[in-house]
Amino acid sequence: MRELNLTLKVWRQDGPNVAGHFDVIAAPGINDEMSFLEMLDLVNERLINEGKEAIVFDHDCREGICGTCSLMINGQAHGPQKGTATCQLHMRKFTDGEEIVIEPWRATAFPIVKDLMVDRAAFDRIVEAGGFITAETGGAPDANLIPIPKPVADSAMDAAACIGCGACVAACPNSAGQLFTAAKVSHLNLLPQGQAERYQRVEAMVDTMEDFFGSCTNHGECEEACPKEISIDFIALMNKDYLAAKFKNRRLIARS
Amino acid sequence: MTITLDSKIPDGPVADKWTKYKFDRKLVNPANRRKYDIIVVGTGLAGGAAAATLGEQGYNVKAFTFHDSARRAHSIAAQGGINAAKNYKGDGDSVFRLFYDTVKGGDFRAREANVYRLAEESVRIIDQMTAQGVPFAREYGGLLDNRSFGGAQVSRTFYARGQTGQQLLLGVYSQLSRQVGLGNVTLHNRTELVDVVVVDGRAAGIVVRDLLTGEVTSHSAHAVVLATGGYSNAFFLSTNAMACNVTAAWRAHRRGAAFANPCYTQIHPTCIPQSDDFQSKLTLMSESLRNDGRIWCPKDPDETRPPEQIPEEDRDYYLERRYPSFGNLAPRDIASRAAKVVVDEGRGVGPLKNGVYLDFADAINRLGEGTIRERYGNLFEMYERITDESPYKQPMRIYPAVHYTMGGLWVDYELMTTVPGLYATGEANFSDHGANRLGASALMQGLADGYFVLPNTISNYLAPQLGTQPVPTDHPEFQAAEATARDRFAGYLAIGGTRSPDAFHQQLGRIMWDYCGMERTKEGLEKALSEIPALHEEFRKDLRVTGSGEATNQTLEKAGRVDDFFELAQVMCLDALTREESCGGHFRGEHQTDEGEAERDDEHFAHVAAWEWTGDPANPTRHVEPLEFADVHLAVRSYK
Repeated sequence: MRELNLTLKVWRQDGPNVAGHFDVIAAPGINDEMSFLEMLDLVNERLINEGKEAIVFDHDCREGICGTCSLMINGQAHGPQKGTATCQLHMRKFTDGEEIVIEPWRATAFPIVKDLMVDRAAFDRIVEAGGFITAETGGAPDANLIPIPKPVADSAMDAAACIGCGACVAACPNSAGQLFTAAKVSHLNLLPQGQAERYQRVEAMVDTMEDFFGSCTNHGECEEACPKEISIDFIALMNKDYLAAKFKNRRLIARS
Repeated sequence: MTITLDSKIPDGPVADKWTKYKFDRKLVNPANRRKYDIIVVGTGLAGGAAAATLGEQGYNVKAFTFHDSARRAHSIAAQGGINAAKNYKGDGDSVFRLFYDTVKGGDFRAREANVYRLAEESVRIIDQMTAQGVPFAREYGGLLDNRSFGGAQVSRTFYARGQTGQQLLLGVYSQLSRQVGLGNVTLHNRTELVDVVVVDGRAAGIVVRDLLTGEVTSHSAHAVVLATGGYSNAFFLSTNAMACNVTAAWRAHRRGAAFANPCYTQIHPTCIPQSDDFQSKLTLMSESLRNDGRIWCPKDPDETRPPEQIPEEDRDYYLERRYPSFGNLAPRDIASRAAKVVVDEGRGVGPLKNGVYLDFADAINRLGEGTIRERYGNLFEMYERITDESPYKQPMRIYPAVHYTMGGLWVDYELMTTVPGLYATGEANFSDHGANRLGASALMQGLADGYFVLPNTISNYLAPQLGTQPVPTDHPEFQAAEATARDRFAGYLAIGGTRSPDAFHQQLGRIMWDYCGMERTKEGLEKALSEIPALHEEFRKDLRVTGSGEATNQTLEKAGRVDDFFELAQVMCLDALTREESCGGHFRGEHQTDEGEAERDDEHFAHVAAWEWTGDPANPTRHVEPLEFADVHLAVRSYK
C-alpha cells in the first residue's frame, strides 16, 4: 500500500443555469488501494466534516455495469485505464503529488444538473423512439423455435454490452451520439427477432439522435473511451441500415 | 389496524392452483382498463416488467425511479444467470423438479403454492425475453445454451455471458421505453418515494420527493405496486449498489404492511475481501468460479509465506475436508460459514487476514491457462483491476459478503401486502425463496412477478372499483403525509451535528455484521438491540447534513435512507432473536449439530414471521403464518 497526496481540481456548479468554476481541494493521505469513487467519498466525508457541501456525482453499482458513473478525469472520459469505467478505476493508477482535474461530461445534449452530475435523458428518448422489439407480454413462441447462429448471437451481445454511460458522447469532439445509438440499433437489427421492425427502428432512432447530438466525423474517440470497448464497426452497420431504410421505407410508402 | 395473514392460496392440487386462480379471478374489460391508474415504484426487473405489461394491457401507469434512467436498477448487476424448467438439455428437469429444488434450497421456509407458480412461469420467461431480443448464450447449432448452478443436479441456467442481469434488465427497459413512447406509462425519474398514503384502509397513493429540486408531491391511484428491491445495505458493506435501500418498503411497513422474515439474509461466499476502512461496497465474484477453484487457508495461523511457497501438507482445503461429496461446490450458506470459521481462528489470508484462497493452480496445470482464460477471463480481469493481483499467478482472495435479502414485505398469493391495494414484487417481497435463495433464482422471481403474476392478480382487486376515482391528492391524508415528509427532510438539515449520514451508516453496518451477520447468538443480538437504538438517538442529535433541501443533495437523500435502516435493523435483530433455530441464511450459534451444521426446528418454526408496526421500532408485534408442506417432504439438508 502506498499513500498518495493529491490535489483535486473539481468542477462545481450549483445548478443547470448558473456559471460553474473549478474548486481546488487538497486530498492528502489517499490509500492507493481505493477506487477513484472511494477517494471521492473520502473527500466528501472530509468536506462535510468541515461544514462544506459534498461534491455531487452520479454513481451506483460500482461494478462497471450500471453505467451511472461518469467523470472526465484529466480530460479523459472514465480516466486513464482502457476499458474501465470510473467506478472500477483504482488510485494505484495515479502518482503521489499529482493534480487531478475532474469534470462532468461536457456535451450540449447532457446538461449539467449539479457539479459533476449531468442529465443523460436524451439516451432514453432514442430508445423510446425505437430501441425495442414489439413483443408484448404473453404471446412469445418457444425460445428455441428460431435457432440463432452463435456468431450472430455473439455479435448482438457485443453491441448489447453498452452500459449507456455516455462516455462516447463526452469523448467525441462533436458530442455525437453515434456509438451509443449504433450499439442499441445493432443489437436488435442483427437478431432474427428484430427483422420486422429493422428499418423503422433505425430511422426512428437515428432521427431522434440527431435532435440532440452532433454529427459523427469518424474520429474514433468514442471507441477509445468506451468502458465496454464497443467497436465503431457498429456505426458502419447502423449507417448501412439507415441508408437502406431511406430506400425501403419510401418503397413501403409508395406501395400503400 | 389488526393484521390478519390470509395467504389466499387457491384450493386444489399444487399443479392446478395457478390455472384455477387465473380462471376464477375477476377481469377488467380492455375498454375499461384506461379508467384505472396504477402506480409502480421501481424499474428493475419486477417493477419495469409490471409497468410495461400493465401499460400494454391498457391501464394508465405511473412509474417511478430514483435513478436517472429506468435502465440503472440494481437487477443490472446480476452475473450468473436465470433458471427455467425448460429441460432443453433433456436431463430430467421439470416444473416439479425446479419447484422441489427451490423449496429444499430455501430450507423449507417458503410457501409451496408460490414456489410452484414461480417454477411454472419460469418457462415463459425465457420465451418472452428471447422474443424481446435478449442475446442469451447459444450453442453452435443456434439453440440456447445452459449451465449448471448450485443446489441443482440439472442444467437449467440460461445466461448472457457474465452479465445476464444486465441483458434481462435492458430487455425490460426496452419494453418499458416502448410504453413510455406510446404514452401508456408516465415515467418519473430521479424521484424517490418518501411515504405511502392509506385512506380508509386502502392504498391511495404515494408521496415522492424530486431529487433535483427537493419538491415533495403526491400521486394517487387505484393501486400501488412496490418493486423496490432488498435491504442488504442495512449492513453498509454489501454487494448491493450504493443507492439500494429499504425506504419504500419501510414506509409501507409503517403504514400497515407487515414485514416478513427480515432475518433471512444471504451471504455470498465468493466476494473480494475488504481492503481498507473507507471501502464503500464489496464486489462479487461469480459462483461459477468454484467449479475449478479450490478453496483453502494455511493450517498455521502464524503462516507468513506467500501462498505458492506453502507446501500441500501445510494447507487446509477445509471445504473438501468437511464436505467430501460436495467439496468446493457446497451451497452458499455452508461455504460462507466455513470461511468465517477459519478466519475467526486467525487463519485468514491477505494483508488484513480477512480472506481465504480460491486457487486455480491445479486447474491451470490440468487444463492449461488457455482453457481457464476462456472460462473465467472476464472475472479474472475484474479481480485484477480491483486488487492488482493476477489470479493466473497467485490464488484469489475471497470472503463472504451480504448479497441478497430473502425477507421483505409480507404478501399473499396475489402479491398483495396486508394493506389492500398495495402490492410488493421481486426482492421487495418475501415470498418465494424461504430462508435461502438458490443461485440464478432472483432474476427468475423478479420477472415472473412483473410479467406474469402481478398483471394477472391485480385485476381481481381493480375490477370491483370500476367507476371510482382515485382519492384526490388534496385529501387531508395526502396533505398530512406531505407535511410530515417536508418536516422530516428539513429536520435532518436542522440538526447541525457533527457526523455525516455515512459515518452513522458505517457504524450501524458494523453492529449488524458483528451480531446479525453470518452467525447470530442470543447474547450478540441482545447487544445489538441495545446498541442500535442508542446509535439512532445519536443520529437524531448529532447528524450533520450540509447543503440545502431545495437542490440536488445526495447527503440529504442518504440521511433519509439511513434513518429507515436504523428502524429496520431492530426488527431484523428481533426476528433473528425470536427464531430459535438455524435455517438457510439464518444461523444461530445455539442451534447447531455437534458437527457445526444448521439445526432446524420444524416443530416450532415451520412458519413465516410477519412483523406489524406499532409505532415503536423496538416493540413490533409478531404474527405467524404456518407453512404446510404437502408436496415436498421436510428433510434435513445434507451436503456431506
